[in-house]
Amino acid sequence: MAEVSLRKVIKRYGQMEVVHGIDLEIAHNEFVVLVGPSGCGKSTTLRMIAGLEEISDGEIAIGGKVVNRLPPRQRNISMVFQNYALYPHMTVRENLGFSLKIAGKAREEIDRAADEAAQILGLTPYMDRTPGELSGGQRQRVAMGRAIVRHPDVFLFDEPLSNLDAKLRSQMRIEIKKLHQTVATTVVYVTHDQVEAMTLADRIVIMRDGHIVQTGTPLDVFERPVNTFVATFIGSPAMNLVDGMAEGGAIRLSDNVRVPLPHGFAALAEGQRVTFGFRADNLMPLGHGLAETGEVATLELPVSLAEPLGAETLLLAEIAGKEVQAKMMHPRPVSPGEVLKFQLALDYCHLFDAESGVRLERKRDHGTD
Amino acid sequence: MKRMRRYVRNNAVPLALLAPAVMIILVVVLLPLIFSFYTGFTNYRLIRPESLWDFIGLRNYARVLTDADFWAALWRTVLFLTVALNLEMLLGLCLALMVNRITWGQRTMRTIMMFPMMFSPILVGFQFKYMFNDTIGVVNNALQSLGLSQKAIPFLVDRWLAFGSIAFAEIWMSTSIFAILILAGLFAMPRDPIEAARVDGCTSWQVFRHITLPFLMPFIYIAMTIRSLDVARAYDIVDVMTGGGPAGRTELLWTLIARTAYDDARMGRANAMAYVSILLSIFFTWFFFRKLMAARQHLGAF
Ligand SMILES: Nc1ncnc2c1ncn2[C@@H]1O[C@H](COP(=O)(O)OP(=O)(O)OP(=O)(O)O)[C@@H](O)[C@H]1O
Ligand SMILES: [Mg+2]
Repeated sequence: MAEVSLRKVIKRYGQMEVVHGIDLEIAHNEFVVLVGPSGCGKSTTLRMIAGLEEISDGEIAIGGKVVNRLPPRQRNISMVFQNYALYPHMTVRENLGFSLKIAGKAREEIDRAADEAAQILGLTPYMDRTPGELSGGQRQRVAMGRAIVRHPDVFLFDEPLSNLDAKLRSQMRIEIKKLHQTVATTVVYVTHDQVEAMTLADRIVIMRDGHIVQTGTPLDVFERPVNTFVATFIGSPAMNLVDGMAEGGAIRLSDNVRVPLPHGFAALAEGQRVTFGFRADNLMPLGHGLAETGEVATLELPVSLAEPLGAETLLLAEIAGKEVQAKMMHPRPVSPGEVLKFQLALDYCHLFDAESGVRLERKRDHGTD
Repeated sequence: MKRMRRYVRNNAVPLALLAPAVMIILVVVLLPLIFSFYTGFTNYRLIRPESLWDFIGLRNYARVLTDADFWAALWRTVLFLTVALNLEMLLGLCLALMVNRITWGQRTMRTIMMFPMMFSPILVGFQFKYMFNDTIGVVNNALQSLGLSQKAIPFLVDRWLAFGSIAFAEIWMSTSIFAILILAGLFAMPRDPIEAARVDGCTSWQVFRHITLPFLMPFIYIAMTIRSLDVARAYDIVDVMTGGGPAGRTELLWTLIARTAYDDARMGRANAMAYVSILLSIFFTWFFFRKLMAARQHLGAF
C-alpha cells in the first residue's frame, strides 16, 4: 500500500519561501495531477516527494512511513523527468535495466524486465540504440519504461509530455492512462496543461504561488471552481468572466445587458458587486445549440469574430465592452458586427465575489427547481 | 605537363596567394624535419661539420636499437609517464570534485589551483631540487627535526627515491591541468541523469561510477593526450633535479638524447633516437585519441 501524505510541507530557498505549507492526502492507486501556472511550485513539490529536494518544514509520508530524511533510493519511487534524463552513454536496454542492475538483480531477470517494458511501450526494435539515436517520442517512452521496470510504490511524472508535438502528446496521454490501469500504482503527475490534467486525473490539485487552491475530481473542479483563478484555468476555452452588480433581482452586466439572478442566489444583497462567469458551451445563438431545459436568459450581443472549427464555430461576442466566447453548433456563416440573439443557460452560470474572486454558492433551500 | 600549365594559368591568383603560406611551412617545418631525418643516417658530429656528408645508412638506428641504455631510458620514460599521468588524473579528479562541491569562494579556488602552472618548469625543478637536497633540503630537515628519520634521506641519489622525487615535482606542477579540464566537464554536466540515477536507487558512489565518470572520460582523455605529449618530452625538470644521474639512474629519453647530441656531440645518433622516441609519442597520442573518440560517441545525446 502506498498512499502519499503531505503535511504542512514548506519549501524555502534561502529566505524565499516557494511552497507554503501544503496539505495533501493521496490514496493508494490514485492518479493525482498537480496543475498550475509556471512557477507555482509543482516541480518543487514533486521533487520533495522524490527526495531530490530537501523539505524545509512539515512532513512527507509514503505508505505511512515518514520519508523526510530518506534519500531517493530508499523511497521506492520512479520518476519521469521533463527532459527524460536518460543515461546518454547506455543503450535503451541498459537504460531500462539500470535500476535493476543497481539493485543487484540477476542478468536474466533484468533482461526479462527490460524486454517486458519494451514490449508494453513498443520499444523492442530500438533496444540497442543509444538515446542520441532516438526521436523525442521514443526517448519519452524509454523514460517511461525505465520508470515501470522497477514496480515502484509511487510514480512521479514531471511534465513528461511537454516536449512532444500535439499528436504524439494525445497518443502518449492515452498510453499513460492505460499504463496506470495495467500496473496499478499511485501516481503523482505534474503538468501545466489543463487538458492533460482533466483527461488523466482521478483527482486534480490546482496550485498557485505555492498554495493549493482547489482539490477535486476533474468534474468537481470543472463544475464548481472555488474561485475565478480555477474557473479560468480549468476548461478550454477559458470561462468567460464579466463584472456586474446585483440589482433588482437581476445582475446588471452593463447598461443594456441584464441577466436574471440564477436560482439559489436570491439572497444576494442589492448593489453587491459580483463577477459573473459562464462557459462558451452555455452561451449559444438561438437555434444553434441544444434546447436548454433549465432557466435560460436571452441576450442580444454583437459578434466581433467567428472562428469556424468545423462541427462548431467559436464566436467572440461583446458584453459591456468585454469579449466573451460563445459556441455555435450547426454553424452558419456569421459576419463581424452582426448582432445575434444568444441563449445563456443560467443553471451553468457561476458567481464570484468581485473583490476576492471567491465562489458564491447557490443556496439550495429555496428548492423551486 | 600541358595540363599542369593550364591549371596554373587558370588558378594563378589563388596559387599566388597561397604561395607564402606554403613557403613558410616548407622553410619552418619541412626543411628541419628532412634535415634531421637525413642526419639520422650520417655520422654527423656537432664539432665536425664535414661529417654531415659521412653517410652510414642504418648504422645509427642499429646502434640505438641494440643500446641497453636507450632501452632503459625508454622503459623509464614509459614508467614515468604511467605513474605521473595516473596520479595526476586521480589527484586532479579529486581536486575537481572537491572544488565543484564548494559553493563559496569557488572562483578563488580555481585561480589558486592554477598557481603551479604559472612557474617555469626549470624553476620548479630547482625548487624541488633544494627541497629534496640531503644536507640542506627542507624535507630532510623537517623529517629529522620531527624525529621521523634519524639520518638524511638521499632523495635525489637513490634510484627509486630520485625517480619518485622527479615524479612528485612533475605531478605537483601539472595536476591542475587535469583538475581544470575535469572541472570544465563537471560544469558542463547535466543534472538530470544524476537525479534520475539517484531515484533509480544509486548511492553517491554508484552515481559517480555509472553516470559522472563516463561523462568525464572524454575530458580525462583530452588531458591525457595533452599530458602524454608533455611528459614524453620531459627534460627540464629532470635535467635540473638530477641531470639524469647519478650514473644514469634517472635518465629519460630526452635527457639521454640531449646528452648524446650535445655532450657527446653525436648529432646523427641523437636524431635517430629522437625519431624512435617520437614513435612513442605518436603511439600515446593515437591511443588516447581513440579512447577519446570512443568515449565521446557514447555521449552524443548530451
Ligand atoms: N534552486 C532554486 N533556487 C531558488 N528558487 C527556486 C529554485 N528552484 C525553483 N525555484 C523557485 O521556486 C518556484 C517554484 O518552482 P517550480 O520549479 O516548482 O515551478 P513549476 O510549478 O514546476 O513551474 P514550471 O511549470 O515552469 O515547471 C519558482 O518561483 C522558482 O523560481
Ligand atoms: Mg516544473
